[in-house]
Amino acid sequence: MSDLSQKISEFISSSLLLDSNVDIAGTASFLEAGIIDSTGVLELVQFLEETWEISVKDEEMVPANLDSLAKLEAFVKRKLGG
Amino acid sequence: MLLGSLLEESAQRTPDKAALVCGERRATYAELEADSNRLAHALLARALAPGERVAVCLDNSSEAVISIFGAWKAGAAALLVNPGTKGEKLRFLLEDSGASVLIAAEKKLEQSRDALRGLPALRATISTGEGQGPGTWHDALAAQPTSPLPARASQDDLACLLYTSGSTGQPKGVMHSHRSLGSATRSIVQYLGSVPEDVVLSVLPLSFGYGLSQLLPTFQVGGTLVLERSFAYPQLVLQRLASERATGFAMVPTIATMLLQNNLAKFDFSSLRYLTNAGAGIAPALLKELRARLPHVRIFPMYGQTECIRASYLPPEEVDRRPGSVGKGMPNQELWIADESGQRLPPGSTGELVVRGEHVMLGYWKQPAASALKLRPGRRPGERELHTGDLFRVDAEGWYHFVARKDDIIKTRGEKVSPREVENVLLALEGVLTAAVVGVPDALLGQAVRAFVVKRPGAEIDEKAVLRHCGKALEEFAIPKKVVFLDELPKTPNAKIDKQALLERSEAK
Repeated sequence: MSDLSQKISEFISSSLLLDSNVDIAGTASFLEAGIIDSTGVLELVQFLEETWEISVKDEEMVPANLDSLAKLEAFVKRKLGG
Repeated sequence: MLLGSLLEESAQRTPDKAALVCGERRATYAELEADSNRLAHALLARALAPGERVAVCLDNSSEAVISIFGAWKAGAAALLVNPGTKGEKLRFLLEDSGASVLIAAEKKLEQSRDALRGLPALRATISTGEGQGPGTWHDALAAQPTSPLPARASQDDLACLLYTSGSTGQPKGVMHSHRSLGSATRSIVQYLGSVPEDVVLSVLPLSFGYGLSQLLPTFQVGGTLVLERSFAYPQLVLQRLASERATGFAMVPTIATMLLQNNLAKFDFSSLRYLTNAGAGIAPALLKELRARLPHVRIFPMYGQTECIRASYLPPEEVDRRPGSVGKGMPNQELWIADESGQRLPPGSTGELVVRGEHVMLGYWKQPAASALKLRPGRRPGERELHTGDLFRVDAEGWYHFVARKDDIIKTRGEKVSPREVENVLLALEGVLTAAVVGVPDALLGQAVRAFVVKRPGAEIDEKAVLRHCGKALEEFAIPKKVVFLDELPKTPNAKIDKQALLERSEAK
């Protein structure tokens, strides 16, 4: 797992999850798996913004960018690269 | 009228019309009718007797809608379970209701396998998802005919069990009959002015009375229901509202708050005819902002509880004039306020709201004592009137204003304080995003008013600023003794603010 994925994964398990036995990397959709709810999305975005000093626009707050570890990693990389 | 006919009749009138849009799937009335008949046949093939409970624990989806109508067509009652319900709680609901069949997502059944062992009444599970083997949705429906079934229930039979959490104790199953849900549905259609051209978008779970009351009225008139799984991604829901050209959208106050954090001007909401609010009262400050930013949209602040689904709505043309009111009641029922001894009170008084009509629940499942407290003998033989446990003030013109849950009213220094009143004052302060007020035990005061506040991003307000603001609007005894700033407020599965959790948090400190 990349350093970036590792950090995101740690944040999710320490701040958003109640159940520690969830395989975050293997989850295809956080929403469907019940890992994340509406306030969770806001917290996650705040975490991304603070950790990587990026700014997430309203229209970027969609499942295509945030709903799995792989999507999150790709999204943050895109933001950092561009 | 049985509830299955809401779907049947619309399928006869407009078979090819879009009934349901969920994600990629668009289902016509004829398709839903055929699939729910198939499921009903499948349930009968599992020896389901009339009146047995079919538990439906599914995300907002076509399977959820088909399951509800399938259960009704089979003469069974649908036990609607919030899809977020975890193992032990799910077990409790199945055990308490004695459900015979459970329909849930493959993953949910897998995760709950241990919790579901040894439930004597549970004869079968049906799993939704990709799977096609025995016990799957696909397999259950595959071999069944689409032919309609003869009616296997009567109007007063149990149609739905909806569990309410309540502030203390185990959840109670609210029993609704075909008659009670049918009556609530007709009243809602009447006051919203629902028409076949409606496209109603709902993010609320169908296990929530307010979510269910998006489905039933829309299907009664043959409109289109767009179901989303949650409001976790407001941008997605806003896009969906615009692209589906939705005409109606159901909110609870937390959804309204999140909605207003987005740039609404970016979207084409020209089709949007109305917004409704229920679940908890909406603050006048929120209504004002919604009115300013969506001036062409009619807003219906409403009041209801699971025990009667809905009881009142404020006509949109009154919203600017009396934003703190939920109206004067809805059609096909009667409501009034009563004192502790049950005597009716005149306008200008505050008392417990009592509701009378066909939409009132049958009672709580297997809880005769709790049922007798809530349902008191009415004026007709056998009739029951619903004592809501909610305090309302009725003004001189007869408009109803929610004061508090009887259990929530704060008694401090011998004075009564309505948490809602204090919350509305807090929400009117710039920089406050959301707020909740509870009474915490206090040796001196009995209870002390405590405010929990979530600031808007970047807002620079402290406890002093909040208290100064409260001092301008509230009697001295109603001003919070303490203001606690939080990053977010705890929520119940129905997106209401979880006051019990706030209380526990206060006690822990």
